[in-house]
Amino acid sequence: MSDTDYNFAYLDEQTKRMIRRAILKGVAVPGYQVPFASREMPMPYGWGTGGVQVSAACLTPEDTFKVIDQGADDTTNAVSIRKFFEKTAGVAVTEKTAEATIIQTRHRIPETPLTEDQILVYQVPIPEPLRFLEPRETETRKMHALEEYGLMHVKLYEDISRHGEIATAYAYPVKVEGRYVMDPSPIPKFDNPKLESAALQLFGAGREQRIYAVPPFTKVVSLDFEDHPFDPSKAPHPCALCGAEDTYLDEVITDDAGGRMFVCSDTDFCARRRGEAA
Amino acid sequence: MSLSALDGGFADPPVEAAHAFRAVLQALSRPGRIERIAGAAPPSPCSPAAGAVLMTLCDPTTPLFLAPSHDTDDVRAWIAFHTAAPLCGPETAQFALGTWGALQPVGRFSVGTSEYPDRSATLIVEVETLAAGGARLTGPGIETEAALSLPEVDAFRVNRARFPLGFDCLFTCGDRVAGLPRSTIVAEG
Ligand SMILES: [Zn+2]
Repeated sequence: MSDTDYNFAYLDEQTKRMIRRAILKGVAVPGYQVPFASREMPMPYGWGTGGVQVSAACLTPEDTFKVIDQGADDTTNAVSIRKFFEKTAGVAVTEKTAEATIIQTRHRIPETPLTEDQILVYQVPIPEPLRFLEPRETETRKMHALEEYGLMHVKLYEDISRHGEIATAYAYPVKVEGRYVMDPSPIPKFDNPKLESAALQLFGAGREQRIYAVPPFTKVVSLDFEDHPFDPSKAPHPCALCGAEDTYLDEVITDDAGGRMFVCSDTDFCARRRGEAA
Repeated sequence: MSLSALDGGFADPPVEAAHAFRAVLQALSRPGRIERIAGAAPPSPCSPAAGAVLMTLCDPTTPLFLAPSHDTDDVRAWIAFHTAAPLCGPETAQFALGTWGALQPVGRFSVGTSEYPDRSATLIVEVETLAAGGARLTGPGIETEAALSLPEVDAFRVNRARFPLGFDCLFTCGDRVAGLPRSTIVAEG
């Protein structure tokens, strides 16, 4: 394929206008899922086509783009998406959170606090937080319209009576600006406090054709109960590589004998700390 | 159609539209912030900023209402050539362009439905001055408090009161744009 066979950032202008309009409505109504006509992208749905379309609609040639997959920059998925926009949009790419202007992410929020000059784009598999309670789209739409979130609280409370705590560890539901209950995508609940950010956060679900947004400094509250307040919890270990005590850790197997250690899931953050310590 | 209708579009549409969109996105995500938005040269009285917004967001799928302040042959021809947006009345408009006075009464614009609050109008409001002073703004996108020279306060209070329904506004002046989404709480400065 030659460089002239596709438009800037791959998508045609009419598609980008449609996505851009959806993004702006998402920004105007924080946490509300805006329907959009998702396009086929040259990658499978599981690879975050929703996030890719949102990134394509936002990128300018001057941007510096970073992609993380569960915190890592070097997975096949992350590398492919980074290369895709390097080629189609001519953007600079980076693995350093602080240098990126747009960060597309699957299932993590970077440990390094984001700034007003950054946009975080989430890849979302299932945007509807009420889906597991109610499979019908017409019904969940009504529940959001009427702020009927009682069932959600009942489900969380059942967790408490069964497990002594809320068992949801990923995609932990939040209420945005006191109005919409939102699925923050399958980030660990450890990341939920970071949803209140100086950066603009955009969420794209390709297969489900939804876009939603959390503007900077928007109030984002993890659902909880007075007698069981939200607990972001983390593993009770420091990172085995950099010693950080306040990051989200992945357990990695180190040898055939079942040796294991806990290391930062955010590879850039961990590498930077080790570099600074050296 | 006069020849001038063919002029004044983006020289490099994908790139200039991308820049213009980012300006609008920043403006709407951070109410009170004033962004530069360039690349369009529409006929008077349409500002370059409003022209860039139209070229970036409007097309044959977005009915557009031209308020009397902007409903001229030249503006119509320019919009037809550069966006192909169909013109319509205020009630069915997805976008509306005009001065604040000419857009009145704003109660006729779509505010969406409780199930689809996104099916609402975006008003492109041409203003004589745009400055970070005047009405006090709080809400999503604002860390503590922002200020913006709004044409009035009451209409935006009414608009905020029916959140998540409501219209959203982009204020344009010369080559600058500011945003006021329906989520912003507006108070007298
Ligand atoms: Zn580490």
